[in-house]
Amino acid sequence: MILNDLIQTKEKEQAGRKKIVLRCCMAAGCMSTDSKGVKEQLEKAVADAGLQNEVEVRGVGCMKLCCEGPLVADDSKNALYVKVNAENAPSIIAALKGGQATAPQTDPNAPFFAKQFAIVLANSGVVDPERIESYIAADGYQALHEALHEMTPKEVVDTMVKCGLRGRGGAGFPTGLKWGTVAKSPGAKKYVICNADEGDPGAFMDRSVLESDPHSVLEGMAIAAYAVGADQGYIYVRAEYPLAIARLQIAIKQAKQLGLLGSGIFESPFNFNVDLRIGAGAFVCGEETALMSSVEGKRGVPRPRPPFPAESGLFGCPTLLNNVETFANVPTIYRKGADWFAAIGTEKSKGTKVFALAGKIKNTGLLEVPMGTPLRQIVEEMGGGAPDGGTIKAVQTGGPSGGCIPSQHLDTPVDYESLGKLGSIMGSGGMIVMDETTNMVEIARFFMEFCMDESCGKCVPCRAGTVQMHHLLDQIANRQATHRDLAKLEELCDLVRNTSLCGLGQTAPNPTLSTLRFFRNEYEALLQSDPYGPNGAARKPITTA
Amino acid sequence: MNACVAKPQKKRIQAVLEHASGDKRFKILEVHMKKHQFRQDALIEVLHKAQELFGYLEDDLLLFVSIKLKLPPSRVYGVATFYHFFQLKPQGEHACVVCMGTACYVKGADKIIDAITLKHKVRPGETTPDNKLSLLTARCIGACGIAPAVVYDGTVTPRATPQSALEQINQWMTK
Repeated sequence: MILNDLIQTKEKEQAGRKKIVLRCCMAAGCMSTDSKGVKEQLEKAVADAGLQNEVEVRGVGCMKLCCEGPLVADDSKNALYVKVNAENAPSIIAALKGGQATAPQTDPNAPFFAKQFAIVLANSGVVDPERIESYIAADGYQALHEALHEMTPKEVVDTMVKCGLRGRGGAGFPTGLKWGTVAKSPGAKKYVICNADEGDPGAFMDRSVLESDPHSVLEGMAIAAYAVGADQGYIYVRAEYPLAIARLQIAIKQAKQLGLLGSGIFESPFNFNVDLRIGAGAFVCGEETALMSSVEGKRGVPRPRPPFPAESGLFGCPTLLNNVETFANVPTIYRKGADWFAAIGTEKSKGTKVFALAGKIKNTGLLEVPMGTPLRQIVEEMGGGAPDGGTIKAVQTGGPSGGCIPSQHLDTPVDYESLGKLGSIMGSGGMIVMDETTNMVEIARFFMEFCMDESCGKCVPCRAGTVQMHHLLDQIANRQATHRDLAKLEELCDLVRNTSLCGLGQTAPNPTLSTLRFFRNEYEALLQSDPYGPNGAARKPITTA
Repeated sequence: MNACVAKPQKKRIQAVLEHASGDKRFKILEVHMKKHQFRQDALIEVLHKAQELFGYLEDDLLLFVSIKLKLPPSRVYGVATFYHFFQLKPQGEHACVVCMGTACYVKGADKIIDAITLKHKVRPGETTPDNKLSLLTARCIGACGIAPAVVYDGTVTPRATPQSALEQINQWMTK
């Protein structure tokens, strides 16, 4: 394929468009409420009304407002139908000809949609994820062509440095710096890995991106591979996401057929192959060295760094490892320029971030906002606040590695530094809202149980520490603990945080520490008086017989 | 010492290969391994396929994989036990997977589990004695927008309640 073919494909796809497009959400959330049946009914109704030449029913990716699914959008009337079912689907077609739709509608200009700024999700809910032509029509693969034919690998890396993108996996490491390090590492064979092991419970951004726009991730990986000089890529995706796996397989096959992956991409000397690796349910595999060990077919156990993966990673070769959302940002950055991207967001955190809003909140779903947006805007204005007149108590970010941000800090801008100051982390973007009925000690215990189960067992602080901390939290929650136990818990938190081998152990105490920081009274209310006095002075020394 | 360890193992390997020769599914698995050129780093892919074919990973099956991929049995067993997705015991006829991600948890997924445990005397990870129902939990199936989510035999169901879960399981049990 050359540029002409790409433009021809784009024009052909655009010319073939019908006058009216009905977009029907086919992401996992809506699929579970039978959006497939809705789509079939819509197609049948179109055929019955003889509108095949005018109306296209397009299966698209996530349309963001997951709680109201299945969603159907009619762009000709600027209407968004919610909770569509097989019965009221035909009325949507009737409404095209002046009838009355019986499906409920929601305002597509509501703050939830209007305040979003889409880069990663720009194609989500618009293009058909199972047809590469649909992605090409949305300017897809143009950035790859430009990178391959008009830029040297060094220029590609420089653009990435200039745009200021930081890793969206959670830690926020500058992407350009990572690319530059891998590009400079000597080695004949290099790898690019996409981390799609979205293990944080409560996060589903990566799943949505892979289900809605898999080609943007593939294009981003190809550009990255060209920049660092790799010819083999792996996408490590969770087995819990069967739809994302299926769509990726289709996308890889289609891209290979058109010569956009494989050897001699765009008739340049650049080769790049992508293979899928299916995870098998281990949270620790989100850690980069554990993930690589899992790709090699071993137990997913982390190893000490250095050497960093950029120098010695997969099979001992220099390896570039980025998150799904990071790669999904890449094509747009090269299409619109580094300056355009750098103008969005805050000084230290550029661009946008996708969040998965869930929990005790009215509008659950996906949203993408510029970095630095206040938490209050996301939760109260866009999310619609707590349902049934409840009040928001805290917002949990960063999953089992993050913390709870109490309601008095809701005006915090969302960026890497501000969240870090509150003892939480940006994480991959899961945002769980909790209302006043949520017991914070139980939440801390829930996350500790998670970390205890998921600890790989390689290093002692994490393996033994999480068990002890869980035990202490369990005792506190069951009103069997004293002040001394709480002090012991805090001491253990500090120890595990500072001595664990990998990120899992180092961040495992975070939910406990942050709930202790903001909701200490809830812990103290559960404590019992110490029979041996506050300092334990009255306790008899242990004597050996 | 070596001789007395090696002998029974040799017999075991022969027994496994004999057992495998009579079952078509082993053939399919071998074809799958061939597709990966018997590469040792494809172990997890191979185990996925094996579980898909057999439903769970029994010892003979793991030994078969280790022979074919030329890996020590300890390595295959180590990987199979490390990942939650691999089941080493036979599963019930129906599987009820309750998502225990944070969003589902704050919306009461634990109450669904409690209700099922109480009614059917089966804890998460266990199968009922009549082999009809396996109760499992998932870390997060990414369906947080429709929490709490329960997966009945592969079908994701949104906004589950203890009542709805018990009803669905009742349908299975009375069949």
